[in-house]
Amino acid sequence: MSNSYIFRFATIMVVLVAAILTAVATILKPMQEKNKDEEKMQAILSSANIEVERDEAINKYKERLLAEYMLDLDGNILSIYQGEEEGFSKGSERAFEIDLKKMLEAIKQFEAGSQQVSPHLPMYVIKDQEGDSLFIIPVRGKGLWGPIWGNIALENDLNTIAGASFDHQGETPGLGAEINTDMFSDRFKNTKIFNDQGKFVSVQVIKGGVENSKISSKHGVDAISGGTITSNGVSDMIENVLSYYLPYIKKHQ
Amino acid sequence: MAETKEKEPLFSTKNKKLLSEPMVRNNPITVQVLGICSALAITVKLEPSLVMALSVVVIMGVSNVIISLLRNMIPPRIRIIVMLTVIASLVVLTDEVLEAFLYDVSKQLSVFVGLIITNCIIMGRLEAFASSNKPWPSFLDGIGNAAGYGWILIVVGFFRELFGSGEVFGYPVFEKIGLYSIGYENNGLMILPPAALFVVGIIIWVQRSRHPELVEEN
Repeated sequence: MSNSYIFRFATIMVVLVAAILTAVATILKPMQEKNKDEEKMQAILSSANIEVERDEAINKYKERLLAEYMLDLDGNILSIYQGEEEGFSKGSERAFEIDLKKMLEAIKQFEAGSQQVSPHLPMYVIKDQEGDSLFIIPVRGKGLWGPIWGNIALENDLNTIAGASFDHQGETPGLGAEINTDMFSDRFKNTKIFNDQGKFVSVQVIKGGVENSKISSKHGVDAISGGTITSNGVSDMIENVLSYYLPYIKKHQ
Repeated sequence: MAETKEKEPLFSTKNKKLLSEPMVRNNPITVQVLGICSALAITVKLEPSLVMALSVVVIMGVSNVIISLLRNMIPPRIRIIVMLTVIASLVVLTDEVLEAFLYDVSKQLSVFVGLIITNCIIMGRLEAFASSNKPWPSFLDGIGNAAGYGWILIVVGFFRELFGSGEVFGYPVFEKIGLYSIGYENNGLMILPPAALFVVGIIIWVQRSRHPELVEEN
């Protein structure tokens, strides 16, 4: 076979494959996006202790959503979105559409001074089963193998954690991956992020168990055996992300 | 009129053999010792093992047919690249479809679906069989080898989930039959990758004692 045949064969093959893959990706994109949105809503609801199946998540989210806030780093509310019918009562930025990864990178750059525009922080207000408003802060950080993320639901006092939900990209199955189970996230219920003196201490995930540590069970939860680095990642991400919300929390406590 | 060649039945002895050989006698994992890495990685639980096995069956069946159909057109000098392109495209397609229709499972399998590309069994069958045989036998060969790979995954996944987490398909079997209350504890080692090697090792042992002809002479 001649060289020109090989080139022609390769060219046709590459173009054909590219066309097929692009077509399939384009056709499936809306379904994949919908899955991701549903999952995100499911996770937000789950942190507010409302468990729904993924296909019901969109409706339930609509029903439970009181508002989506966008905050600046000084704790001022810039945008308030109140659902599909009510729309925006302030500003025009939807918390749900914020890419947390980009946002956290932007904050780092802003703090380092390499970016002039201050990034904005998302927050969700969800009505829980008892009718109380919960303030939900999405968090994101690093696990052992890849990113981990979650949602922390704070009660009205902006101190007590009412619930949490976590997920991960590729933590070790059976070990670090257990952070996405209720068994782990339920440990955060009723912990507090401020100590009695009103200082921000966050909630630590403690290897070896809270009982054996110096940290009070108000500010600590048990880590997952065999998943130490993932557990530490959870600690770090909660402390790191919540610290950006402190100005808002201080203003409204 | 050209002379009519007698048509081979779809499931002739030869073709049946293509399906059955890789199950035990020429199993890709336990006899050829290929595809071990993925057998370690995704067999912690049964469900991902099953989906992985099915994905490999589909990808291998289809890629074998495609390569077999193209076998007289593919320039020999770039045949490996062509095979890789075919496998990689199918893997990307599978990944996209899983993400759209079986989102939860696709999340569990995460990167491992992508890593099917590197599964040497697929490449091996394309090179050794599909590139010199007709589509139907190639298809059977692909399905057979993928199934031989798949059943090992499922067996390993079953034992690792059972003894590592005390569950089968996420159902807490050990808890229901009350094993924990009499002091049983899950074996953490079963969750770690080396445990897959133990299980595969046991399967190899059982296989070779039942089929002495598989035992290598030293």
